Amino acid sequence: MLNAELQKPTDAQQGQAPAAVEQTKILVDNLNFYYGKFHALKNINLTIPEKRVTAFIGPSGCGKSTLLRVLNRMFELYPEQRAEGRVLLDGEDILSTKDDVSLIRARVGMVFQKPTPFPMTIYENIAFGVRLFEKMSRSDMDERVEWALNQAALWKEVKDKLHQSGTSLSGGQQQRLCIARGIAIKPEVLLLDEPCSALDPISTAKIEELINELKRDYTVVIVTHNMQQAARVSDYTAYMYLGELIEVGVTESIFIKPTSKQTEDYITGRFG
Amino acid sequence: MAAILPVSASEQTAEPRPPAPTPIRRDDRLGDRVFAVLTTGAALITLGLLLGILLSLVAGAIPSMREFGLSFLWTAEWDPVKERFGGLVMIYGTLVTSIIALLIAVPVSFGIAIFLTELSPGWLRRPLGTAIELLAAIPSIVYGMWGLLVFAPIFSDYLQIPLQNAFGDVPGFGALFQGPPVGIGILCASVILAIMIIPFIASVMRDVFEVTPPMLKESAYGLGATTWEVVWRIVLPYTKAGVIGGIMLGLGRALGETMAITFVIGNVNQLNSVSLFDAANSITSALANEFSEANPGSLHEASLIQLGLILFLITFVVLTASKVLLARLERAEGGRS
Repeated sequence: MLNAELQKPTDAQQGQAPAAVEQTKILVDNLNFYYGKFHALKNINLTIPEKRVTAFIGPSGCGKSTLLRVLNRMFELYPEQRAEGRVLLDGEDILSTKDDVSLIRARVGMVFQKPTPFPMTIYENIAFGVRLFEKMSRSDMDERVEWALNQAALWKEVKDKLHQSGTSLSGGQQQRLCIARGIAIKPEVLLLDEPCSALDPISTAKIEELINELKRDYTVVIVTHNMQQAARVSDYTAYMYLGELIEVGVTESIFIKPTSKQTEDYITGRFG
Repeated sequence: MAAILPVSASEQTAEPRPPAPTPIRRDDRLGDRVFAVLTTGAALITLGLLLGILLSLVAGAIPSMREFGLSFLWTAEWDPVKERFGGLVMIYGTLVTSIIALLIAVPVSFGIAIFLTELSPGWLRRPLGTAIELLAAIPSIVYGMWGLLVFAPIFSDYLQIPLQNAFGDVPGFGALFQGPPVGIGILCASVILAIMIIPFIASVMRDVFEVTPPMLKESAYGLGATTWEVVWRIVLPYTKAGVIGGIMLGLGRALGETMAITFVIGNVNQLNSVSLFDAANSITSALANEFSEANPGSLHEASLIQLGLILFLITFVVLTASKVLLARLERAEGGRS
């Protein structure tokens, strides 16, 4: 029963199955993470390949969102949180680098569980991030906004109301607006933290379709509670439990033949 | 909706339902009605009071309005002996002290609120927040005494004299800093007012900044925005209604403040120059000082009441202006549908 369900999505992926040799985009090396005294991530070692979709799955509180928030140093906003170890982005350790954190975040974009349109027009929502790093003419900006909205498959729906508030869109449109906003600054990596958890099935399908498109140009990391979603959209899957990385591998084999008993229990629904 | 309709339709055609069980609760409409009357009454009292105060102010001011007409607004003469009255000095004093107070207080409060919500280490947040709230609890007469006895001398030595030396010779602008730097005067009153309204504006700003969803801020940080960009471009627009509300609260308090002002403004009913060092007067201070001197039913008293009416109207205009401003901002952001 379960296998039959899973077979379909993996079949769909057969055409673009991960190549044997992958370029490493992010390398997580012996990462430990603490919320105050609480040890939230334990000795995480993980490779995230370039231009592929990597999914983090696991029960609530297992640390998958935490791991995501280390990858763009978002945790640093909160003084009681700290990370130890190394996270190499293109070979450079982002945790110890002297580079401005905003430059790292511009390379590693993020989309959250709930749509978070800024309190401004749709156009400005996109232009906001671009203006932080680039100075461009009005017409170039128009082009960039259109390009980003097209990439997020939203242009057709909003092209006549670019100067309306971003909050006037539906939930699914808002979430795609947030993805467009992230893409507009041309990041290399996109972190998606349960991007569909607040959306209806149709919007979810649109976002998943979009993720499939995005991996042509971006390295995508997605946290999801929905295992079917992980199976549908990802090339690689990492299963986490209680702050530890239990198993990681090609999505297909994780779902069909997990090596760890724990992973099997989780994905077959016996636990979690 | 469509899914619900058939159900209710089939319910209608179904057999008569078994008799409903006897309700445990009495069907008590009376309580609801009494409650409605009470709350409506409470709301109407506000309206009644507002109208009543407005009417009695207008009635009391009629003799003065008849005598001086609209020129009351731009006549600077205030002479109880000759019974010639004009409110310009006090209106000017009230407006200028309040505006300068806002110019000082708003940036400082903004800084305090940002520090408390975005930058402050956790252990400092509560003590600092409490200290600011305590500042609001100091009675205004204490501010007045402190202003006159402690602040004004320091102010004169360390601020007025340097200001005069620095800008006194600048054409035009320098006129603001002429005259004897004795401490008390418009600028001193403005600074005291600013100190008094900072806690109000700062705590309102802090409260509204705190309710900004962390995820919204994180998404801006996630695009590579700095703390300043997040606060200025995201948090502030998101909380604009609350921020403007806080500023208006401060302005309202500044316009109406009496006791502290009366100590440090100098209470001089003349307008000789635009200098901020000059002693002047405000509407509230004039009312407090002169009401006991004015004979009941005299033109003097009517003029004072008219000043009160004008103050009332000023605050009304300020309130309306803030609503208009908010509506404009909303439109600029694309509105909500």
